Amino acid sequence: MIEFLENITPSTTMALVIHAMIPLGLILVYALFAIWMERKVAAHVQDRLGPMRVGWHGWAQTIADMLKLLQKEDIIPTDASRFLFRFAPFLIFVASYAAFAVIPFSSGYIGSSINIGVFYLLAITSLLTLSVIMAAWASNNKWSLLGGMRSAAQMVSYEVPTIMSVLSVIVVAGSLNLMTVTEMQSGNEILGFLPNWLIFQNPFLLVAFVIFFVSILAESHRVPFDLPESESELVAGYQTEYSGMRWGIFMLAEYADMLLLSLLGVVLFFGGWNSPFGTFMDGPVWGFFWFMLKGMLLVFVMMWIRWTLPRYRVDQLMRICWNILIPASFVNFVLIALWEMIF
Amino acid sequence: MDEIITNGVQKQEMVINMGPQHPSTHGVLRLEVVLDGEVVKKVTADIGYLHRCFEKHAEAMDDYSKVIPYTDRIDYVSAMNQEHGYVIAVEKLLDLEVPERVEYMRVILAELQRIASHLLGVGTFGLDLGAFTPFLYCFIEREKILKIFEKVSGARLLYNYMCIGGLMQDIPEDFKTDTREFVKTFRPKIQELNDLLSSNRIFIDRTANIGVLPAEVALNYAASGPMLRGSGVKWDLRRNDPYSIYDRFEFDIPVGKGEVGTVGDCWDRYIVRVREMEESLKIIEQALDQMPDEGDVKEAVPKRVRPAEGEVYVRTETPRGELGYYIISDKSASPFRVKARAPSFVNLSILPAISKGALIADLVAIVGSIDIVLGEVDR
Repeated sequence: MIEFLENITPSTTMALVIHAMIPLGLILVYALFAIWMERKVAAHVQDRLGPMRVGWHGWAQTIADMLKLLQKEDIIPTDASRFLFRFAPFLIFVASYAAFAVIPFSSGYIGSSINIGVFYLLAITSLLTLSVIMAAWASNNKWSLLGGMRSAAQMVSYEVPTIMSVLSVIVVAGSLNLMTVTEMQSGNEILGFLPNWLIFQNPFLLVAFVIFFVSILAESHRVPFDLPESESELVAGYQTEYSGMRWGIFMLAEYADMLLLSLLGVVLFFGGWNSPFGTFMDGPVWGFFWFMLKGMLLVFVMMWIRWTLPRYRVDQLMRICWNILIPASFVNFVLIALWEMIF
Repeated sequence: MDEIITNGVQKQEMVINMGPQHPSTHGVLRLEVVLDGEVVKKVTADIGYLHRCFEKHAEAMDDYSKVIPYTDRIDYVSAMNQEHGYVIAVEKLLDLEVPERVEYMRVILAELQRIASHLLGVGTFGLDLGAFTPFLYCFIEREKILKIFEKVSGARLLYNYMCIGGLMQDIPEDFKTDTREFVKTFRPKIQELNDLLSSNRIFIDRTANIGVLPAEVALNYAASGPMLRGSGVKWDLRRNDPYSIYDRFEFDIPVGKGEVGTVGDCWDRYIVRVREMEESLKIIEQALDQMPDEGDVKEAVPKRVRPAEGEVYVRTETPRGELGYYIISDKSASPFRVKARAPSFVNLSILPAISKGALIADLVAIVGSIDIVLGEVDR
């Protein structure tokens, strides 16, 4: 990809900038689509139609909403810490955007194929916690503060099971480079027809996936773990004081985070950009299609859960993490390692 | 606020304002909450944001029937039950017997309204706990009841349909078929609600053993309705002090048994409402069977009634509990005094007693399980 860009652009710098901007364009398009999809999923779960007026089945509703948000007055509360208040939305978006650098979108495109990809991704997403606390503290609002504190506790706790389940994949895959992890999952050899995806390679990886999925629900603040922003208790938590496009950025970052963690799940468990039908419909372009399709399926499951379940309470959330998920992920890690040794 | 100093770190309790614009206070209730971290230390309810001088307005009316629209607005979620209580009180003051058919109609409407009100209460309770979808499913069903009411009275929320001595107009021809159709389709929907909420693990975790109200405390606070029955006290005015024609119907009084937690917790109060909907369906079916097809819908009463000097207290069972109307007549055409004993107001007074030591998320659940309507609290 980078060679191709260097050929068609006058300078290397320009090629690099374009190369780095590709995920940004992708996130923006995805966010427009995902917000529309969330509304449609919610609507159909709830036996109604959802947006229908703006464009075909309301597809342009998100664009209309964006325009509305852009026109809104930019309000900063009097007693807020002005610098931190303005800085938090940038930081939260930078954190989710930067993490996309190591995601292999297809065999032809990865932002940066570094050997510590997984490590980098997990480290950079930790910045999200920081920006949420920053937003909460800078707002100088008690509800926001409660939301920020919940968020800090929740994200720090759930990072442990996430990392443990990711590590168990790494034990099987033997590489921290997400491109290498994807490449080793190509082909259809398991039981003669199943693709060589990691989730099919080792029975305990299925358990690891369940732990991983529950943890990313909590990491990306989705129901039933959406406590930091629970609208019926904390009135949107750390976002309470934000309005207009600043709030829009938080929303964008939240959806980007959802996609990021889903895509990470796809790379680690579902073969990344590999086609489920072996060499059929394979190649860089089809690879991108499969990758996004699998990612969107996970995003859809997250939405489906959101519109079905109630919310956990803060102490129950912590108990699930520390009493169930963390011990389970450790035991599972050992079992996976044993399985790898024996077979 | 107490300041606590441990290891040189100064800790302070936080006072937080919940409402009047908070989404989970069911209107304009303001709760002043003292928090230690997320643990509730003290709750003070501040009411009065929706005070509309019902009692004073009632005295200023030059006609007893002009009070009826105001009774609708006391509890706008169960307006039919409010009207029912008031017209019974005035009729008792007048010593008036209403036609048989009217009694049946009133009971059917009151029970339909009870279902509509419980659907709202149960739905918003789920919403408070983060379950958005059951709320909308409840509203779909409530809509069907409102459609029936619209056909009957022309209004969807504030009906002004019952009047002193009968009903404003006769029921439409297809009322019986509509209602039977609703009863038939609604039963499976209760099961759907049970699947989505009542037996949902997260929902049970959030409501079992939360906000436990022992029967003794409930009685001391004069709680009524599902709030009292949730604590295991079998007290329903339709059975214990029958008014209208409720003594003719067979129905059970569901009480909280502590099936998933302690007797009197939020889940018990919730499940009492769900089961009451089934009982209301039973009453509606029986009433539809027994109701005479022909007959007057209004007793001949003067346009302006002038009851004899005296006073009357009539209590009825609304979806939220015991609604009492205390009316004093001074022989003139306008009531001398109308006092409404609102169940929401009394039930809300228990909140500080049962929410101590709860988490802030539990407080939301407790307020939701009391099922207050602020119009009724403030009147």
